[in-house]
Amino acid sequence: MMISAELLLAGVAAVVLLICTAAYCVLVSRNLVRILIGLEIFTKAVTLLIILGGLAAGRIALGQSLVITLIVVEVVVIVVAAGVVINSYGHSLSLDTRELEKLKG
Amino acid sequence: MPSLLIIIPLLAVLILNLPLGRIMNRASFWVTVFLCAAQARLAVDPTLPFWREPLPPLSDIFRSGTAVDDLSLVMFLAVALVTFSSVMLCRYWCEDEERRFNFVSVILLTMVGMNGIVLAGDLFTLYVFIEIAAVASFVLIAFERGRDECEGSFKYIVLSAVASAMMLASIGIFLMFTGGVSFAEAGEALKGVTTNPLLLLAVALFAGGLFIKSGLVPFHGWLPDAYSAAPAPASVLLAGVVTKAAGVYTLMRLTVEVFGITPALQSVLVAVGLASIVIGALAAIGQRDVKRMLAYSSISQVGYIILGLGVGTPLGFAGAIFHLFNHAVFKSLLFINAAAVERETGTRDMREMGGIAKRMPVTGLTSVVAVLSTAGIPPFSGFWSKLVIIVAAWSAGRHGAAATAIMASLVTLAYFLIMQRKMFFGLLDRKYEGISEAGGFAVVPSILLALVTVCLGFAAPWLFETFLLPVRSIL
Amino acid sequence: MTFEAGILLALLVASALWAVMTYSLVMSAIGLGIASAMLAILMYELGAPMAAVIELSVCAGLITVVFISAISLTPRMQDREERADAKRRLARFFPLPLILAAAAWVMFAYGDAVELPIALPQAEQGGVREALWEARSFDVIGQIVIILAGAFAVVILFKNLRKPGGERR
Repeated sequence: MMISAELLLAGVAAVVLLICTAAYCVLVSRNLVRILIGLEIFTKAVTLLIILGGLAAGRIALGQSLVITLIVVEVVVIVVAAGVVINSYGHSLSLDTRELEKLKG
Repeated sequence: MPSLLIIIPLLAVLILNLPLGRIMNRASFWVTVFLCAAQARLAVDPTLPFWREPLPPLSDIFRSGTAVDDLSLVMFLAVALVTFSSVMLCRYWCEDEERRFNFVSVILLTMVGMNGIVLAGDLFTLYVFIEIAAVASFVLIAFERGRDECEGSFKYIVLSAVASAMMLASIGIFLMFTGGVSFAEAGEALKGVTTNPLLLLAVALFAGGLFIKSGLVPFHGWLPDAYSAAPAPASVLLAGVVTKAAGVYTLMRLTVEVFGITPALQSVLVAVGLASIVIGALAAIGQRDVKRMLAYSSISQVGYIILGLGVGTPLGFAGAIFHLFNHAVFKSLLFINAAAVERETGTRDMREMGGIAKRMPVTGLTSVVAVLSTAGIPPFSGFWSKLVIIVAAWSAGRHGAAATAIMASLVTLAYFLIMQRKMFFGLLDRKYEGISEAGGFAVVPSILLALVTVCLGFAAPWLFETFLLPVRSIL
Repeated sequence: MTFEAGILLALLVASALWAVMTYSLVMSAIGLGIASAMLAILMYELGAPMAAVIELSVCAGLITVVFISAISLTPRMQDREERADAKRRLARFFPLPLILAAAAWVMFAYGDAVELPIALPQAEQGGVREALWEARSFDVIGQIVIILAGAFAVVILFKNLRKPGGERR
C-alpha cells in the first residue's frame, strides 16, 4: 500500500510534535507516574515513525513485525517501571520527584 | 552454534524454575557457575568447532546474527568472568535461599541479553537484547526494594527509556531510507549518501542513545546512583559487563560496521571520551561512599575506551578492546572487595575505615592489585591497555588528548593510592577488631580476577602480537 | 483516506498533549489510552492491521490498566492542596502548547526542503506472519526472554506490597 508524500510529511511532523511533548513531560514533571506517561508517549512517537518508515520503504510487513516486538518490549518495561515506582511510593508515601534527591554526590 | 549461548541459559532458567522442589534452588547456583565456566572455556579458543559449525534448527532461527570475531570472543569471555563473579558474590551476599534463587535466575537472563547483544547482526535485534539486559538490570538494582535502590533503579529506567527511544527513532529513519535494518543495509545507506541530514540525524540519535547507555559524560546522571544503590552482586554485573555490552561494545561494533570511521564521528568520540575521563576522575575525588567513587571511576575508564575507539587506528581499536576487558575484570574485582568490606564492617563510608587489611588480608591484597591496574601501573594489565590507547592517540596526532589522558591517569593514581592506603592500611580502628576475612564465595572470584589481571599484565607484550594483527581484520 | 489519516494524526497529538497537561493522573492515563487507540486506528487505515490490533489491545488496553492500577495503589495528597498545586502546575506546563505550535509552524514553513523517499511496495515473501516468524525469529526469541524477565520482575517487585502506612497487603 502506497503512502502519499503529504501524508508522510504530516506523519513525520506528528512524530516530531509527539517527541517534543514527551520530552517536555519527562523533563518538567514532578510526578513519577507522569514521567512514565511521558516515556509511553515517546514510544507512541517511535511506533508511528517505524510504521511510516515501513510504508515509505514499501516494506510494511517488516515495519509491522518490528512494531509488534517493540510493543511487547515496552509493556515489560512499563510493568517493571510501575513496580519500581510503587515500591518507591511505599517508602516515601509520595510520587514527588523531589523525594528522589536522597542519593547525592 | 554460537546461538547456543543464548538458548542454553534461557532453557536453564525455564527448567530451573519448574516446580520441582527446593533442589532447584541449590542447583541454580551450580548450573550458572557451570554455564559461565563453559562460556569462558569456549571463548578462549576461537578454533573450536563450536564457533563455526551451524546447528540446523538454530541456524535458521538466528540467521540474522552476526559472525563471531575477536571482539565478540573478548566480550563473551568478559561476560562469562563477570557473571561468574556476580553469582559467587550473590551466594555470599544474599542469605535467603528463595531470594537468592530469583536473583540467580535474573542474572542468567541478563547473561542471555548480553550474549544476544554480542550476536545480533541487526539494529533492531540489538535494541531488543539491549532492552533485555536493561530490564533485567532494573530488576536486579531494585531487588531489595529499599528506598535508595528504587531511586537508583528509577533514574536508570528513565534515562534508559529515553536512550531506547532515540535508538528506535534512528531505526525508523534507517527503515525509511533503506527498507531494512540490518547492519549491512544501514551501512550501505550511510556509505552512499553521506550528506543527507536525516541519515546523519539517525546516526547521531543512535550514537547518543548508546552514549547514555554507556554512562558517558554528559549522559552519566544515572550511573553513580544506580551503581552505588544496587545490591553488591548487581553492582558487579552492571559495572563489569552490562554497561560495557549494551553501550561500549555496541558503539564499537556499529562504528566499525555501520557508521564507518568518519572524521566527524571520530571528533565526537574523542571529545566525549576525554570529557568522561576528566570529569569521571575529578568527580571520584572527594566521594565518601566507596561504591560511588568506583562508579565515577568507571565513567572515567570507559572514557579511555571511547578515546581509543575515536582515534580510529587499529592500534587505538586494539587498545580499546583490551581496556574494555581489563576494566571488566578489575572493576568487578573492586566492587567485590567493596561488598566484602561493606558486609564485614557494616559501612561504605571510606572515612570510617582504616587498617582493614590486618583482618582481611586477601581482600586487601587483591584490592591493591586492582587499584594498581586501574591507575595504570606496570606490570598490571591496566598499564598496558592505557599505554596503547595513549600511544595510539599520540601517533594519530591527537597530542592534546594523549596529554590529558596521561594527566588524568596520574590524578587517578594519586587519589586511588591515597584511598587504598587509608582504607586498608594504617591503624586498625578499634571497632573493627572483630571482623574477619570475607567468606569463601567472595574470596574465590576475588582471587581469580586478581590472577587474571596479573597474568594479563605479564603476558601483555606477547599477547599483543596475537591480538593486534586480528584486530586489523575487524576494522 | 488522507483526510481521515490527517484527522487521526491530529487527534493523536491532541490526546497526547492533553495527557501531559491535564492535572489528574487518571485522566492522564486515559488520555494515553485514547492516544494509543488513535494510533491503532491510524495504523489500520494505513495498511498495518496486525500492528494495529496489537497496539489497540496491548497499549490502549493493558498499559492503561497498568497505569490506573499503579495510580490507585499510590493514593496522594488531599483535595485542598491539590487545587493550589493545579495553578502552579499550569504555569510550568504552559509553554508546551506554545512550543508545539512553534515547531508545527517551523515544519510547515520549511517542509519542502526535506526530502523523504517513497519506494514502491516491495514483493515481500508473504505477509507479517512470515516476516515475524521467519525473518525475524531472533527477535521472537528476544520477546520470550523479555517476557520471562517481566514475569520475574512481577514476582520480585510486587510480592507482599505494603499498604501506605506500613501494613502488608
